[in-house]
Amino acid sequence: MSKHDEKEKQDAGAFGHVTRRGFLKGAGLTAAGAAIMENGLLGAKDAAAAEAEPVVVGPGRVPVTLRVNGTVQKVQVEPRTTLAEALRFELGLTGTKVVCDRGSCSACTVWLDSTPVCSCMTLAVDVGARKITTIEGLAQSEELHPVQEAFIEYDAMQCGFCTPGMIMSCAALLNHKANPTLDDVKQATSGNLCRCGTYPKVFEATLAAAKATRKGGE
Amino acid sequence: MNRFEWTDAATVHEAISQLNGRAVVKAGGVDLLDRLKEGLEAPQRLVNIRNIRGLDRIEEGKDGLRIGPLVTLARLSEDKLVLERYTALAQAAGRAATPQIRNMATAGGNLLQRPRCWYFRQEEFHCRRKGGERCFALDGENQYHAIFDNQLCAIVHPSALAVPLMAFGARVVLTGSKGAREVELERFFVTPEQDIMRENIIAPDELITEIKVPRLQPATRSFYIKQGEKESFDWPVADVCAVLQTKGNVCLKASIVLGAAAPVPWRASKAEASLAGKVINEQSAREAARLSMEGATPLAQNRYKLAVFEAIVRRAILRQASS
Repeated sequence: MSKHDEKEKQDAGAFGHVTRRGFLKGAGLTAAGAAIMENGLLGAKDAAAAEAEPVVVGPGRVPVTLRVNGTVQKVQVEPRTTLAEALRFELGLTGTKVVCDRGSCSACTVWLDSTPVCSCMTLAVDVGARKITTIEGLAQSEELHPVQEAFIEYDAMQCGFCTPGMIMSCAALLNHKANPTLDDVKQATSGNLCRCGTYPKVFEATLAAAKATRKGGE
Repeated sequence: MNRFEWTDAATVHEAISQLNGRAVVKAGGVDLLDRLKEGLEAPQRLVNIRNIRGLDRIEEGKDGLRIGPLVTLARLSEDKLVLERYTALAQAAGRAATPQIRNMATAGGNLLQRPRCWYFRQEEFHCRRKGGERCFALDGENQYHAIFDNQLCAIVHPSALAVPLMAFGARVVLTGSKGAREVELERFFVTPEQDIMRENIIAPDELITEIKVPRLQPATRSFYIKQGEKESFDWPVADVCAVLQTKGNVCLKASIVLGAAAPVPWRASKAEASLAGKVINEQSAREAARLSMEGATPLAQNRYKLAVFEAIVRRAILRQASS
């Protein structure tokens, strides 16, 4: 038995009987643990004990709860698993693309509480209670997001691999700026690499989507 | 990436009590994950400090600006107070990396990130900074490397925030198991001659718990310019921050720091001295820019940086005359 397996067995054992550590782990990770303490479910004494003995999980798989596209998903992942990997391999949400896997190309862009981040440089265990929105979560049932519509109408993709990340960047921009300038769009997509060079169409589509959204809202 | 344990620290004390070199700090995680993915480090445990309360504040007090280490680059770049008073800091934060990374990366992590030298970042090159025998950049691909203090190791310091922070005379508070200490940023960074294996003096069990920017003198303005190879996101080939205190059009005091020039953020002392007491104009700015490059020892492929630096130093100075 490897050292790791032993450790996993110990971890699993902790779930069998109720220990503080097991309880915290069972309740979910990180932010959830903090929330429990905040809500006073654990007394001040336990909070002090928590400081003396930190809750350590891994390196084996640990239960993590992810709030993805309006649903609550439970996955078992190692602490080293990135959010991009958890989305693609655990949840089958393969719309999020991984290209550079180093935060340099933004193809893996998702929103955490409406803020665009690189899911390849975010660990799944670190997401906590933040709400994840992926490209799959943009459409409202059968109705595409205005940026998705505009990308189709303006032919704003070639090979399409950067497209999900590009759309997440553009849609995030429209969320906080209803009337963006061309420079705003350039700035919002400045991290999204498109090696086909479809940028002019992306800019056009995003500005058109903003216009369409404003009209629709009037 | 190796497998590791994970713990979510609720307090500074809880974090530092675990740090020992094998358990390492994770804040924004951007640079750390990059190093782990490249196999440069294999820690046993990641101690997440991202959820520690109170480390993400931006406050101005009597003695100046206090920045929590967990403030993201995005927040720093948009903060009204920072934009108005410490303009160069907001400019540097807003030009670093990509929008996505700026939403994740923290001020503390930006100061502590390891060098971006492509030999350092590749597991295959066992360079001096990793305990090896040679610097591969010295006779290799060195177009983005240092033009000052580059005899032993030609990395350039990777932190964008360090450039304005040093120009403002900032200090960092380091908290470890033995207590807290406050260090001038100027003394925080380490040259290759001092210790080639590290870029700063932080101990393995210490955290940056605060960044302090002293209150600015009246009539002090700052400007930051970054020059990359392309207009959208890129590493700088040269960046500069000029902080000038003026009376009318006369410069009383200048603080000029160059980034992407040396293994540490590089103070252009001669340029600073040349501006003191002078009217800020094309001639004095040009002279200061020339002096900022005095003593440079460019490598085979990076002599072009001298002209780039001269141009942006001149522009950063002149921007203050016109603003």
